[in-house]
Amino acid sequence: MNRAALGALLSHWARHPFQLAMLLMGLALATALWSGVQALNAEARAAYASAEELLADGGLARLEHPSGRMPDAEFGRLRRAGWMVSAVVEGRARLGQARVTLLGIEPLSAPAGGTGPALAQADLESFLSGTGFAHPQTLAEMGDNGLDLRPSGAVPVGMVLVDIAQAQDVLDMRGQITRLTLAPDQRKGLTPLAELAPDLTLIPPGEGADLAGLTDSFHLNLTAFGLLAFAVGLFIVHSAVGLAFEQRRGLFRSLRAMGVPLRNLCALLGAEMALFGLLAGALGLVLGYLMAALLLPDVALSLRGLYGAPVPGALQFNPVWAAAGLGMTLAGMAIAGGQALWRLAHLPLLAPAQPRAWAQASARARRAQAALAVALALAALGLAQWGGGLVAGFALLAAALLACALIMPVLLAGALALAGRAARGPVAQWFWADSRQNLPRLSLALMALLLALAANIGVGTMVSSFRATFIGWLDQRLVAEVNVIPRDPAEAARIRAFVAARGEAALPVQRVDATLAGQPAQIYAMKDHATFRDNWPMLDALPDLWDRLAAGKGVLINEQLAHRDGLGPGDVLTLPQLGAMPVLGVYPDYGNPLAQAVTGLDLFAANWPDAPVRQYALRSDAPQALIAALQDELGLSSGQITDQAAAKAMSLAIFERTFLITGALNLLTLSVAALALFAALMTLSGMRLVQLAPLWALGLTPRALAGLEALRALVLAAMTMIFALPVGLMLAQLLLAVINVQAFGWRLPMQLFPADWARLAAGAWLAVALAVALPAWRLWRDGPRDLLKVFAHER
Amino acid sequence: MDQVLRLRDVTKSFGQGDARIEVLRAVSLDLGAGQSLALTGESGSGKSTLLHICAGLEPADQGQVLIGGTDIARCDDVAAAALRRASIGLVFQHFNLIPSLNVAANLAFQARLARRHDAGFQADLAARLGIGHLLARYPEQLSGGQQQRVAIGRCLAVRPRLVLADEPTGNLDEATGDSVLDLMLELSAQAGAALLLVTHSPRLAARCDARAHLRAGRLGPGAT
Amino acid sequence: MPFNSHRLKPAPPRPPPPPAPPPGGGAARPVGRALAVLWLGLVSAQAQGFAGLGLEVEGFAAPQRGHALEFPRDHGAHPDYRIEWWYLTATLSDADGQDYGVQLALFRSPYAPEEREGFASPQIWMGHIGLTSRDAHFAAERFARGGVGQAGVSTAPFEAFIDEWRMISTAAPDQDALDHLELRAGTAEFGFELTLQATGPLVLHGDQGFSVKSFDGRASYYYSQPFYQVTGQLDLPDGPVGVTGQGWLDHEWSSQPLSDDQQGWDWVSLSFEDGHRMMGFQLRGHDIFTAGTWVTPEGQATALPPGALRFTPLDHAEVAGREVPVRWRIDWEDGGVSVITEPLNPHAWMDLGISYWEGPLRFSGSHSGRGYLEMTGY
Repeated sequence: MNRAALGALLSHWARHPFQLAMLLMGLALATALWSGVQALNAEARAAYASAEELLADGGLARLEHPSGRMPDAEFGRLRRAGWMVSAVVEGRARLGQARVTLLGIEPLSAPAGGTGPALAQADLESFLSGTGFAHPQTLAEMGDNGLDLRPSGAVPVGMVLVDIAQAQDVLDMRGQITRLTLAPDQRKGLTPLAELAPDLTLIPPGEGADLAGLTDSFHLNLTAFGLLAFAVGLFIVHSAVGLAFEQRRGLFRSLRAMGVPLRNLCALLGAEMALFGLLAGALGLVLGYLMAALLLPDVALSLRGLYGAPVPGALQFNPVWAAAGLGMTLAGMAIAGGQALWRLAHLPLLAPAQPRAWAQASARARRAQAALAVALALAALGLAQWGGGLVAGFALLAAALLACALIMPVLLAGALALAGRAARGPVAQWFWADSRQNLPRLSLALMALLLALAANIGVGTMVSSFRATFIGWLDQRLVAEVNVIPRDPAEAARIRAFVAARGEAALPVQRVDATLAGQPAQIYAMKDHATFRDNWPMLDALPDLWDRLAAGKGVLINEQLAHRDGLGPGDVLTLPQLGAMPVLGVYPDYGNPLAQAVTGLDLFAANWPDAPVRQYALRSDAPQALIAALQDELGLSSGQITDQAAAKAMSLAIFERTFLITGALNLLTLSVAALALFAALMTLSGMRLVQLAPLWALGLTPRALAGLEALRALVLAAMTMIFALPVGLMLAQLLLAVINVQAFGWRLPMQLFPADWARLAAGAWLAVALAVALPAWRLWRDGPRDLLKVFAHER
Repeated sequence: MDQVLRLRDVTKSFGQGDARIEVLRAVSLDLGAGQSLALTGESGSGKSTLLHICAGLEPADQGQVLIGGTDIARCDDVAAAALRRASIGLVFQHFNLIPSLNVAANLAFQARLARRHDAGFQADLAARLGIGHLLARYPEQLSGGQQQRVAIGRCLAVRPRLVLADEPTGNLDEATGDSVLDLMLELSAQAGAALLLVTHSPRLAARCDARAHLRAGRLGPGAT
Repeated sequence: MPFNSHRLKPAPPRPPPPPAPPPGGGAARPVGRALAVLWLGLVSAQAQGFAGLGLEVEGFAAPQRGHALEFPRDHGAHPDYRIEWWYLTATLSDADGQDYGVQLALFRSPYAPEEREGFASPQIWMGHIGLTSRDAHFAAERFARGGVGQAGVSTAPFEAFIDEWRMISTAAPDQDALDHLELRAGTAEFGFELTLQATGPLVLHGDQGFSVKSFDGRASYYYSQPFYQVTGQLDLPDGPVGVTGQGWLDHEWSSQPLSDDQQGWDWVSLSFEDGHRMMGFQLRGHDIFTAGTWVTPEGQATALPPGALRFTPLDHAEVAGREVPVRWRIDWEDGGVSVITEPLNPHAWMDLGISYWEGPLRFSGSHSGRGYLEMTGY
């Protein structure tokens, strides 16, 4: 019995292959977008983990010097005092065609557990004699690099693992090391480190540049996008499943009349849905994997550019990821199909078998939807009022968006009713009335479109606002015409003297790494100079800020630090060595994940005399002549000199990369929404024939009907777009004022970009026009034949 | 007599080659204003096809279909639709009404399409059809008999020269069907419209002025 | 102590190192093993092409008969030799009469016959310490490279060190540097701090320090200070224990491995109650090669020719999954010596990257006294 019944149920799909394709494609796309994003996140997280495992660094305390360097004799000295420390040399270097992070380890003393020492110890003699390791991708990127490197997947991309002596050689750090790591177990009764090495800073395990922490917000953004895409995909599935149930009501009734118990019928339909879920899920995983593989290089670039996070450009396959993706698909299918199944279970045996719009069939459902929208809006208000943190921010975003999506059909129905009342002429009246009546069938697709459009407007507005602010800020911050990187202190002194002799200004860039208010941070020195007084952008400042800074009577902090610790001008910040200092002002520092403080140059030099000058910002009226002189007379290489334009271009490039992936996902989401609309229109077009046939019989031509059908979809899409605009701007406001502040620590002013909206509207309309074109064209072409079938089939 | 519908040697076949079925073979008939003709025949005898051809919903292979002197078989789609709008009222077993419009709007729809809407006439029609109290309702809220009354009202509201009805009572019980048919006959006669009724029921056919029978694509005299 | 570069070579077949560190405290073990393998590799890889006596191999120097040792210079490191060690063992007792044994060894093995500044130094150092009581045996190891002050041996003053483990001379300027030593080493688990005072002169083994190791004449430079009186303190898990006793320091260096067929050896240092000392070893290969030195209380040394000593295993114990002969009879018929050795603790297994048996003993028979036994290749 079950077999026969199942055959009958499945025969529906054989007769409606397009509907089946839409159902599977919707589910597959939802799965693909979701699991693709998850794959990206997982890959990046795995990369962070492998970076930490390389030295087992995450779990180890470290000793660092504020200058970032110390003599390697410190290592021997502390070892001889009984401290189980290991030396590490780390630095950026150009090897072959790529800039890489060179990591030099001392395998004989490295604490156990790191994958790096394990690699080294597999063939210690060759490691000590100069054979290093790098990820195959890094090797490919470097090309010929002058080192003896072997491929190893355990080394993060962008990193090269070598013996410490070799790293000192390549980085020109002979006799110096970057830091010491402390083994977890130390002997008791040793001379305390504070006494032995008072100038070294002990950084407890887990603090410092924790990549996973820094990049969390980035991944949360991706996840939110993935969920949005999944939701949009579910709208497709929901409408396809609803339609399939409705069209088979007659069949259900017949089957039950012929003695198939309701329970069996429900079970069969559940099995059918599970089957589709598995099929579509598998397809979606393949698509998601491909999508992730396609996007990963961009994500990797973003993460590397933003945080220096080592993410490989090639994707691994992870079975857990696949299982989770499939589970998500089945859950989505259950959500989409559960409602239809529930209706079936509560359907009276002899309910009318005529297709009726299920959403319309019950005004209760509409009321429930409106009530849910109101509840979600209230929840959003509550979150806005009392919520805190990034997760609450995203919850607020989700609640607000869903509320808007749910209330939209109600508003659209109202607008259509108004239009119908204003309409003159029978066709116009019919047009509006019919649009209103068919709204429930299209509303899911329109809601998906709304979400996609709003996301586009919101994210687009955020990115554009960010970009506009960022460019203005760059112009203020990058005022120096030329930047020079000295190779050593002697050269730094030469550059300073040379530039001073030419009557031009050399502004040193010096910094030490520090922990400020428990966060990884950097302290910079700032010379008292008109360059900063006139240009340095401030968000909030005390009067006489520059004089007080120059006199060493306070510090400037960046917005991130101000936000995370609730500091403002006049508050007091405790800095290493300097002690408690008043905050003189807060400046914007877009794109920097770290906290930052700025002191006057004299104060800095007095406290950190050893901090090397990392860079000179040179002011010059004739920058090209200065660059030429630096090269010709001082013998600087072109690699040491960057001009202003290049620096800006580099900063902008990093910025663009940050949102590259956002843009790609935006486009994908919009495509899915367009597909949802297409699916809805296509499935609807079959049923529409019955409604259109009388009009044909009454004397409207099939072409006119096709035109009206297309017009209806475009009008509904246009109304959705109009509604999406305020929703998108609300989203942008939430992103700028809530999410960004929580995730990155900076707040941006919202700017409006109507030209972008126009472009988006044109694009969306084009998408809708494409979606409506096929069904309308079919009606146009086959109208008479198809319409006649309605009458011919009536008997 | 004023000939409203005149068919001359209308031929129609479906399919191709061996599978070709000749549905209509040189069918000719005349129907005058105020006259009613019942077209009977077995299922598949081509009754509905003949009706569709008369309405311009389907083209004929050969022959003339003159409606008030215009050969609808020679019309293009636009012209056929215009002719249908202005001169033909169609009533089917199902699918007559526009679900998104209420009864009043449905009644007025074709008349307004043909720019021939007359509120007084329509109200009168509605009253005579006994649906005057249903004007604000939607089709789904009506019984089958009520729906067909609205369909007849809508088709007569345009004051058509030709009413084509395809089993208009096929979905109704006998008593309701009889009263609906009586109304249709009476009102079309009063309006001077010619009525072509396709039915398989001899009982209903007997109520018409004339009868014709389709058998194997050829038209013969109907039972009297 | 016999010198041989195969000295620490594990006997095949051998279980591979455990895949994961044992829980608690042993986390450094696999790393140590990997380092030890390197250390062995440095020694044995270069041995493959070795064929003959006194030849320089890949730039490394080789011991020469007739070469006079010169102190304090030769107390220090010889970077151009492939392997070298300073090995101190001490037999101790506390106030309650409980016996203990302590050892501290510093090994050096470079992968190039030179010294370089900083981390570029090719000199690889390995430190072993052990502490044995009747019921317990502790062992630990350290690795380092030269050049950064983490490990090394200096001569003025004499100091041998790796990390905080060290052996430093406190001898007066007119004394031999090794006459007075301070020793300190330990881990979180155990440790010791000893003062050593020599009561006799240095003893040169073999022919004026040229010690032959096989029938085909391979040799090392080898001398000892076997006359230490020791006082000090042991740090045991239960707390500190004051101890006194005797100590013995070996310093040996060479570049030459044993013959390929030699799988391991058994070595003893014996301190007789009458003040005599005896060092003896047997190298186990196709043939047994034995040699030794008989030392009078005044420090007069007599080299025992090959075959003069005979080692007879009496009892085996299962140690670390191996059958190890922990009880021996040692006969020197010409000298009228026939003693039976009893280990303080049969489980004195140095379970380190390079593993072997090393522990204190008491002997009786024709003579009695205390000593140290080392057995490798089991």
